[in-house]
Amino acid sequence: MVQNAGKRFGKTEALSGVSFEVNHGELFGLAGPDGAGKTTLFRILTTLVLPDTGSATVLGLDAVRDMWKIRSRVGYMPGKFSLYGDLTVKENLSFFASVFGTTIEKGYDLIAPIYSQIEPFAERRADALSGGMKQKLALSCALVHRPDILFLDEPTTGVDAVSRREFWDQLRVLRDSGLTILVSTPYMDEAMRCDRVALMQAGRILEIDIPTEIGSRYPLPLFAITGAERYRLLLELRKASHAHSVFPFGAELHYTDDRAGFDPEVIAGELREYLDYKGFANVQVKSIQAGIEDSFMELMPPPLQKAS
Amino acid sequence: MSGLAIEVVDLTRRFGGFTAVDNISFEVAAGEVFGFLGANGAGKTTAIKMLIGLLAPTSGKAHVAGLDVKTQMDQIRTRIGYMSQRFSLYEDLTVLENIQLYGGIYGLSDAQITERSKAMLASLGLADDFVGRLPLGWKQKLAFSVALLHEPAVVFLDEPTGGVDPLTRRQFWELIYAAAARGTTVFVTTHYMDEAEYCDRISIMVDGHIGAIGTPRELKEKWNVPTIDELFVRLARPA
Repeated sequence: MVQNAGKRFGKTEALSGVSFEVNHGELFGLAGPDGAGKTTLFRILTTLVLPDTGSATVLGLDAVRDMWKIRSRVGYMPGKFSLYGDLTVKENLSFFASVFGTTIEKGYDLIAPIYSQIEPFAERRADALSGGMKQKLALSCALVHRPDILFLDEPTTGVDAVSRREFWDQLRVLRDSGLTILVSTPYMDEAMRCDRVALMQAGRILEIDIPTEIGSRYPLPLFAITGAERYRLLLELRKASHAHSVFPFGAELHYTDDRAGFDPEVIAGELREYLDYKGFANVQVKSIQAGIEDSFMELMPPPLQKAS
Repeated sequence: MSGLAIEVVDLTRRFGGFTAVDNISFEVAAGEVFGFLGANGAGKTTAIKMLIGLLAPTSGKAHVAGLDVKTQMDQIRTRIGYMSQRFSLYEDLTVLENIQLYGGIYGLSDAQITERSKAMLASLGLADDFVGRLPLGWKQKLAFSVALLHEPAVVFLDEPTGGVDPLTRRQFWELIYAAAARGTTVFVTTHYMDEAEYCDRISIMVDGHIGAIGTPRELKEKWNVPTIDELFVRLARPA
């Protein structure tokens, strides 16, 4: 679907030759921080910017040559709230329907599970909606013309944990109805809810796979360590002779050992001894399977020191 | 000073007929990393505004760094740091110029500013470039360091880690731990529920009340949930 697509804005390389494919009916995630190139990629796929290099096809249509054909068949929810704040909920929806030559009624059964939640506020101006309601309206507007593929650019940024969860439940329902969905997110826990996910950083794709597979390919032994004096524990662990990396992870610390293929129990025993020697009492050391965040950090190129 | 960095008793704020913060009470110990969570509209921002002196309480009491938010606000402002979710440094000034500006605002001497800015650049590993040219993660780390410039007793962080990569997020938390290890109290809001578990203690606001408060482990045990995310959903959307 996307082959070697690249895009520069002036001197900034927003997207440096990314390639991937998305299957019909897939819920596909692009996970990465601000500046990873997620939005640029979406703009290329929705025919809003032209790639400088490479090519992209959407629904079998070329993103440059067939842009008009593509436009009527995709739904796009940009990252920035892009509805008309002075129009009411219903007026916004009618507007988006009419632009695509259809009506609310014709798309109603598809948007009903989402739209019915904000329909009681149909006469309210979009500006006066809460964040969660704006998001539901934007999704309704992106769906009302019954697109074959949906692009959602960071739909849950700034939305609280409860609304985020409901939103993802709705995406699964849409996916189950046969819609292909590409969704970008800076939240790694949301990446876990996709069928497949591309981890993106600095214009590149670090890895693409089923979320649970990504963690299982972690190349080194990984341990979760808990104990008192968390900050000193972190600093001392970094000084352990085979420390590859040590990061805070919620209430735990994640320690990666640099000895690939070593027996985790042997390493755990060594670590307990080392920490005991350093004066930590009651430290728990547990061998664990990597999650998507562990993998993301391991796959990231070393941070570019910003030299000026 | 007592061992309490923040002491809130029956704090309430109404807007007309709407009670945004409804009689909340809690304490934060000096040197603690305290997570202040809640759904959008639960009253978090109103509560924080009262603690940093941007909004007067309707009733109740709050002390920050041992000072009364109603009567000693000017003194409180010199004892707290604040980093907002929207980046608050000046993009067309350099790193050093920003530090000089904020140092001046907080009344530091030239000698203090010179010394602390050197230390800050060295510890962040940062050159003196225009702030607008720094990657987002660096800006946020810098903004945090600048919020600590005048060595406040309490630093308030409003959604400090939005949009950054997982590695930068952890570097940011290490800065928080380092500050707490030096005795600074850190009061932080976040939408990342996994991040709540980095805190020593957390509270979850629900409709103007404090729905739960304690260490992440205590809360998970008490409510019998595997994650804080689960607890958050349960509190905010009672079945």
